[in-house]
Amino acid sequence: MLYLLNAKTLAERFRSAFLVDNRWQLYFQGLGNTLLISLFAVTIGVFLGFIFAMIVYTHSKTGKLKVLSFLSNLYVTVIRGTPVVLQLFIMYFIVLVSVKNGIVVGAVTFGLNSAAYVAEVARAGLSSIDEGQMEAGRSLGLSYAKTMLKIILPQAIRNIIPALFNEFIALVKETSVAGYVGILELGKVPGLIQSRTFDYLFPLLFASVLYLAVVYSLTLVEKCIEKALSRSDRNAGIKITGGRKKCRKAKSL
Amino acid sequence: MQESKEPLIRTAGLKKSFGDNMVLDGIDVEIFEGEKVVVIGPSGSGKSTFLRCLNRLETPTGGAVYFQGKELTQDTDLEEYRRQMGMVFQHFNLFPHLTVLKNVTLAAVDARLRERKKLKLKTPKKQIVAEEKARAMKLLARIGLEDKADAYPSTLSGGQKQRIAIVRALAVGPKVMLFDEPTSALDPEMVGEVLSLMKELADEGMTMIVVTHEMRFAREVSTRVLFMDGGKIVADGPPQEIFGAPKDDRLKSFLAKVL
Ligand SMILES: Nc1ncnc2c1ncn2[C@@H]1O[C@H](COP(=O)(O)OP(=O)(O)OP(=O)(O)O)[C@@H](O)[C@H]1O
Ligand SMILES: [Mg+2]
Repeated sequence: MLYLLNAKTLAERFRSAFLVDNRWQLYFQGLGNTLLISLFAVTIGVFLGFIFAMIVYTHSKTGKLKVLSFLSNLYVTVIRGTPVVLQLFIMYFIVLVSVKNGIVVGAVTFGLNSAAYVAEVARAGLSSIDEGQMEAGRSLGLSYAKTMLKIILPQAIRNIIPALFNEFIALVKETSVAGYVGILELGKVPGLIQSRTFDYLFPLLFASVLYLAVVYSLTLVEKCIEKALSRSDRNAGIKITGGRKKCRKAKSL
Repeated sequence: MQESKEPLIRTAGLKKSFGDNMVLDGIDVEIFEGEKVVVIGPSGSGKSTFLRCLNRLETPTGGAVYFQGKELTQDTDLEEYRRQMGMVFQHFNLFPHLTVLKNVTLAAVDARLRERKKLKLKTPKKQIVAEEKARAMKLLARIGLEDKADAYPSTLSGGQKQRIAIVRALAVGPKVMLFDEPTSALDPEMVGEVLSLMKELADEGMTMIVVTHEMRFAREVSTRVLFMDGGKIVADGPPQEIFGAPKDDRLKSFLAKVL
């Protein structure tokens, strides 16, 4: 303990963790790549996940899309049933072996992985919507697709915002396994620096702080989205725009 | 007079079963324009299923439905068809994430846009939206709820919700309105406002098919009462006859219970 608190040693360790060779840049490079992979992965995950969910939902309600629904379920089962590290290896060493850009491999892997989890969340969200909503939409002469898009989906999304953000947060942290295949993401940086300084203390601390900052920002975004959406549950009459203003504030934090 | 006219809706041997459960067991009925038909019958007798087969929320397992003389087939444009038939549900089924105004205009605007595409019209979308908004506001004004246009459904009373649901169905311009127990989910003090709106519609000549347990409404407003039991129409006649001089035994015992 005393050793830890020795000011002179600490200053020295800080210097070698951040300042020597401009090492601080490595953390932000790693953070940048982590964000890049996460962002693409979330986009892919949400897009595919919702498509899978709608296929399964449509099959359960109408009996159509039998084969696609079976394939979607199979996909979800396989992806959720295998470790993401193995999926990453399979992508990196076999499927996408010709792709030289590690970020792309990471984005695709985590995106495809996330799609399975998003699909489960979205399916639950869709089935939480009262059947009467679809019937009302159809009885008014809206097509199935239109009803889905304008009536069912918006309500479903609103119901699953917390679960979706849980998934996003898990995803951001999970991208740290991309380091296993040599992608320079945030989780890999401490090891990289330790290999030169033989000191883990500050690298681990700082990388953790950066992850925490990302995750915390995500929860802020989630809160203000929830707030903006909840306006229709409150108050008689006038639309409330306060939720949106708060969002802008939260973003500038 | 009516004999020469074509019925608005006609069913021939209409059947619907869920698995082994035969819910509609051959319904033959003709409904003419301007008729106000009330459907009564014990729980589970198939009243809701009958309405839902008319607007194809359920696909019949047998028989046929004709609308204005044309049989509904695989090729019928169901969206187009359903717009001729407004449906009002027991639980309102307003869209909770949309304002009252949007609830009313959504399908009407969609219908106009589809029409525009089909006929290759040049009307700007903005104009269509504005026109439908104006029309919706008129409908809301009619039920005294224009000040609720920007409110969300969760802030309304049951009676207000159901009246808006009725207006929402009217906004698409239906030729016939189907009501499935429109007052059953309402607190007693709100039943009146919904029934009087329905009576107004009836007085204006709207063709209506109403499943209800409101026997007073049936007596006072309907021109014809259908009594269903076990998936069949057991009695069919003007309210005076059905309530005043019931012939069928099942009808008699049903009326004894509900009156
Ligand atoms: N989607 C469905 N799947 C299976 N069975 C159904 C379905 N819808 C209705 N049924 C069955 O059909 C029968 C008739 O139902 P229906 O709702 O038409 O009766 P109802 O006359 O409207 O009764 P109530 O007065 O209780 O509303 C019931 O036995 C019901 O269980
Ligand atoms: Mg019913």
